Amino acid sequence: MTEQILTTRMEAHPADSNTLRRYEATGGYNTLRKALVEMSPEQITAEVKAANLRGRGGAGFPAGVKWGFLAPAEPHYLVINGDESEPGTFKDRQLLERDPHQLIEGIILSSYALGVNHSFIYIRGEYPRPARRVQRAVEEAYAAGYLGDDVLGSGFSLDVTVHLGAGAYICGEETALLNSLEGRRGEPRLKPPFPAVEGLYARPTIVNNVETISNIPWIVANGGAAYDAIGPEGSRGTRMFSLSGHVARPGNYEIVMGMSWRDLIYEVGGGVRDGNALKCWIPGGASAPWFTPAVLDEPVTLDDTGRLGSMLGSGAVVVMDETTNVVAAALSIVKFFSHESCGQCTPCREGTTWLQRILERILAGHGREADIGLLLDVCDNISPGLRWPPAQTTICPLGPSVVSPITSIMKHFRPEVEAMIRQAAPAGV
Amino acid sequence: MTWPAEIQARAEAIVARYPEPRSAVMPLLYLAMRQEGSLTLDGMRQVAGYTGLTSVQVESVASFYSMYKRESVGDYIVSVCTSISCHLLGGEEVLGAVADEAGVPSGKTGADGLFSVESVECIGACGGAPAVQVNYELVEGVTSESGRRLCRWLADDRPQVVTSDHMQAEFGGMRSFEWGPDESEGATGPVPAFGPLGTSGQPS
Repeated sequence: MTEQILTTRMEAHPADSNTLRRYEATGGYNTLRKALVEMSPEQITAEVKAANLRGRGGAGFPAGVKWGFLAPAEPHYLVINGDESEPGTFKDRQLLERDPHQLIEGIILSSYALGVNHSFIYIRGEYPRPARRVQRAVEEAYAAGYLGDDVLGSGFSLDVTVHLGAGAYICGEETALLNSLEGRRGEPRLKPPFPAVEGLYARPTIVNNVETISNIPWIVANGGAAYDAIGPEGSRGTRMFSLSGHVARPGNYEIVMGMSWRDLIYEVGGGVRDGNALKCWIPGGASAPWFTPAVLDEPVTLDDTGRLGSMLGSGAVVVMDETTNVVAAALSIVKFFSHESCGQCTPCREGTTWLQRILERILAGHGREADIGLLLDVCDNISPGLRWPPAQTTICPLGPSVVSPITSIMKHFRPEVEAMIRQAAPAGV
Repeated sequence: MTWPAEIQARAEAIVARYPEPRSAVMPLLYLAMRQEGSLTLDGMRQVAGYTGLTSVQVESVASFYSMYKRESVGDYIVSVCTSISCHLLGGEEVLGAVADEAGVPSGKTGADGLFSVESVECIGACGGAPAVQVNYELVEGVTSESGRRLCRWLADDRPQVVTSDHMQAEFGGMRSFEWGPDESEGATGPVPAFGPLGTSGQPS
């Protein structure tokens, strides 16, 4: 199957796929014109539910179900999560830069469905170029009457505000994002209450990822059933995968889920660089436990990846070849979480710091025999039982995420870690 | 000290974009940084005035986010990514080369105020690793050699505006994806160049 939903326009019209002129010339905003006249908000929501579209931000929660939780109290808000920061992930950046009107039409349709009159696009601070493109597109949409008061004469009004973050990964977590958008420290909130009940300014709020909402114009145009017919059950539709690391052809690829990992890495990604052997890969961003070639022939779906003890997460596939020092790779990820921990919860704040220090000393040649047990013990304090899906002693999933690289190297490469410790630490030193 | 009338008008326009003034804290912090090159107590006091917060509350927000610099930074912040994909492809080597060429260790600002060099976490350019940003404008596919040339160009030419397209053409390599049309907008200082903040400019 070669279905393509999100990247058609940017591939056909690389020179100007971000402009209103091109978007309209390729049928853009026709769905909105039609829907505002012919469809009720409930009908749009029904199509999104029927599509079985699962969120593309990381958790994979069904978007239509999430919408169904929105409490009736007015006003309510739609917030687009463009704080893409999971290491290995760069697909929303492409959607923001190359087809911002697709996202904006999705926002307008979704806001109409949800009864929202003010929507926010939260874009990470390190993405000024995507933010500029989106801001320009928003201004074009206002000028053309797609945004503002009385959209296309329908009586429906919508404002969109583009908000820039300032360098905190944790703001990708939806409640931290809402705090940040309220002008607070980006610290996650306890759930419940969920944002759909008490979100932005304690009002009912839906938070959806950029890619999720970019699918909405196609779903409304073609019907939820058509979307639900693409890909295997539980992993409907196409999905943007970000391939990086030691892969021959890194990049974003929009694919229908269900192909094997072998096909994704070797056919789509062109295999491992320099013809090297594949050592392992991360199937869904830095938070995900790693896979080894033993599962190369398993299908790339949300549920199969979960069954095998990991997750598709944000769609970031990081390939590591035979030359990789897995302890150094794990340290890179642990260092990330240590830096990005918001500091609210002790297991995460202290645990990430200690895991980093222990890995650093192993790499520096000062590892101790007891370090393996110590690493796992610290992990167990953050996520008791070290199981999957992970148990959580913290407000948000950042804590358990730091456990993934440690348990991965212990499960798959423990002799390598032990050898590194032994080699570096002569007896008695 | 109060801001010039033009900046005050911009601050008021930013506050008006949100249902509650407090939400304007983040864009106003960028605006404040832009005025003085870094975030000063006075700047935070101004932000407090627009948002109905105390300056301590504003500082508490500012201290949470790594892009709000409360110590003075260089004309050019060179940020080198060392997260996993960049790590696998030599990000640390690029960081070392950039720090050496700029004469500033990672995490520091040079005495002459030209460069700040920092190691940053994932900047969403993993398909074009290793990646670097100058004042948050991106260059992908940077090597130790091209990273050094990038620093020399900044030191020699002192560009008023840095743009991704120019840097990518001169110092970049593989990109995460095709970028689409060229852009002439870029950063005029160590604050992200995003139109409504009034920080972008045309290259001279």
